[in-house]
Amino acid sequence: MNDHLVQASGLSYRYPDGTQALQEVSFRIGQGEAVAVIGGNGAGKSTLLLHLNGSLQAATGEVRIGDLKVAIATLPQIRSRVGMLFQDPDDQLFMGSVYDDVAFGPRNQGLPENEVAVHVHAALATVGASHLADRPPYRLSGGEKRAVAIAGVLAMAPAILVMDEPSDGLDPAARRRLINLLRSFTHTRIIATHDLDLVLDLCSRVLVMNRGCIEADGKPETIFADTELLARSQLEPPLSWQRRPEHG
Amino acid sequence: MSRFDDTLHDLHALDSHAARPNALTRLDPRSKILATLFYIVAVVSFDRYAILALLPLAWYPVALAALGNVPPAALGRKLLLALPFALMIGIFNPLLDTAPMVDLFGISISAGWVSFASILLRFALTVSAALLLVATTGFDQVCVGLNRLGVPRALTTQLHLLHRYAEVLAGEAARMVTARELRAYARRRLNLNVYASLLGHLLLRALERAQRIHLAMLARGFDDEVRGSQELGWRRVDMAFLTICAASFILARSIDLPRALGHILLKALS
Repeated sequence: MNDHLVQASGLSYRYPDGTQALQEVSFRIGQGEAVAVIGGNGAGKSTLLLHLNGSLQAATGEVRIGDLKVAIATLPQIRSRVGMLFQDPDDQLFMGSVYDDVAFGPRNQGLPENEVAVHVHAALATVGASHLADRPPYRLSGGEKRAVAIAGVLAMAPAILVMDEPSDGLDPAARRRLINLLRSFTHTRIIATHDLDLVLDLCSRVLVMNRGCIEADGKPETIFADTELLARSQLEPPLSWQRRPEHG
Repeated sequence: MSRFDDTLHDLHALDSHAARPNALTRLDPRSKILATLFYIVAVVSFDRYAILALLPLAWYPVALAALGNVPPAALGRKLLLALPFALMIGIFNPLLDTAPMVDLFGISISAGWVSFASILLRFALTVSAALLLVATTGFDQVCVGLNRLGVPRALTTQLHLLHRYAEVLAGEAARMVTARELRAYARRRLNLNVYASLLGHLLLRALERAQRIHLAMLARGFDDEVRGSQELGWRRVDMAFLTICAASFILARSIDLPRALGHILLKALS
C-alpha cells in the first residue's frame, strides 16, 4: 500500500475556546506532490497541519495517511510516516548536541545505536550540516538551526514532510539553500507558508485557506492570477509576480 | 540588556568545558556525581562555627578546576551570581548571635560573625564543587548519570529541558524588559503593576513554549524516555577516583588538620 498519500475528508475542528478553526476540509494529496497551504493569519493552516500527524485529533471527519486512519492507536506508525517541521526550530531542538538531537527520533523508533548513527550522519549530510554534529543547538545561527531541525525529521525516514513556515526568519542565501534542498526531496511535501515566492519555486499545487475552509485548490499560476480570490483570503500575488512587466 | 545576555552566555559557557576532553571528562559521570554528593555532605556536616577546619577540603574544587582546565575567573563570576542567596541566609547571624567568641589582635569578634563567615565559606566550597561537576561532565551527562543512579526519569528529563530552555526563556524575558524600557522614557523604575504583568506574560509564554516543545517531541516519537547516546562504563579509574575523594573527605572531617598542624608546629618550636 502507498504510504505517501494524504487524505482528509470532512475535517472539522473547534478549539476548546470555541474558535471554529477547520470546517469541512477535504483534499487528497498524492505521492511526491509538493503542495502549499496558504492563507491569512488565523485561516487554519497550522491547525490543519497539526491534524496530519495526530497532534490534534479530528472532531468530525478523518485524516488518512496511506491506508492508516489517524487515531490514538495508530499514532506511532503515523508519526514515523509523517515528519513534522515546526515553525520555530528552537521548539524542536532540545537535546544537548546536534547529533543527539537528530538521533532523538531514530532512538525513539527503537533502532540500535549503530543504525542510529547511519541515519543521523546521512540526514546531517543531506542538509549540509555534518560539521555541526558536536555543537550545542542553542549556539547555531537561524539557518543552521533550521537545517538541523530538518535533519532531525529526515533521520526518521518519513514518507511525508509537513512544514510550518520553513523559510521564516532565514536570510536570502539560507532561504535559497532551503528551497533547493526541499526541491531535491522525493517525499510528499505539505508546506504552510506566507512566502509565496517559495510556493512558485517549489510547489505544483496550492490550497488556499480562509476561515477554516479550503477556498481554492489549484495550480499556483491559476491561483495567483485570481486577484479577487487573493484579496478575499488576505493575500497578494508573489513579489516576483508583481514585478512582471505587463505594461511594457 | 547586554549585561544580562553576557551573564546568560556565561552560564552556558560552563558546559562547553566538558566538550574538551581531559582526564576528568573521561570519568564516568556517576563517580563525579557521587564524589560531589559526598563532598557536600562532608562540608555541611561541620560544626556551625567551623572555619579553619573546613580549609583542607578546599583541595577538591582546586584540584578539579586545575585538572579540568576550568578558568578560576569564570567560576568566580558564577559564584557571585549565587552569592545573594548565601548572604540572605547568613546575614542575620551577626545580629542575633552577639556573644563574643574570638579575640583577634585585640578585636573581639562575635559568634554570629564567625558563623556568617562559615556559611559563606561553605557556600563557596559546595557551589563551586557543583559547578565543577557540570563543567567537567556536561549537563546532559550529569542527567544521564543521575538517571542511572536511580533518580526518576521524570525528574532528569525536567532538569534536562530546564537547562536547555533557561536561555530561551531568559532571552524572552530580556526582550520584554527592553520593550518596556523603550516605552518607559524617564520612568526608570519598574512599578509593581508592570512587573506583575511582565511576570504573568512570561509565565504564559513559557507555558505556550512548553506545549509546542512537547508537541515537537511527540512528533518524533517521544514516549517519556529521553535516550542518551553514550553507554556509561564504570572502570577501575572511576572506583579509584571515588575512593580517594571519599577517603580524603572522611579524613578532613574526622581530624582537624589545621589544628593538628598547629599543635605539631608549636611543639616543634617549644
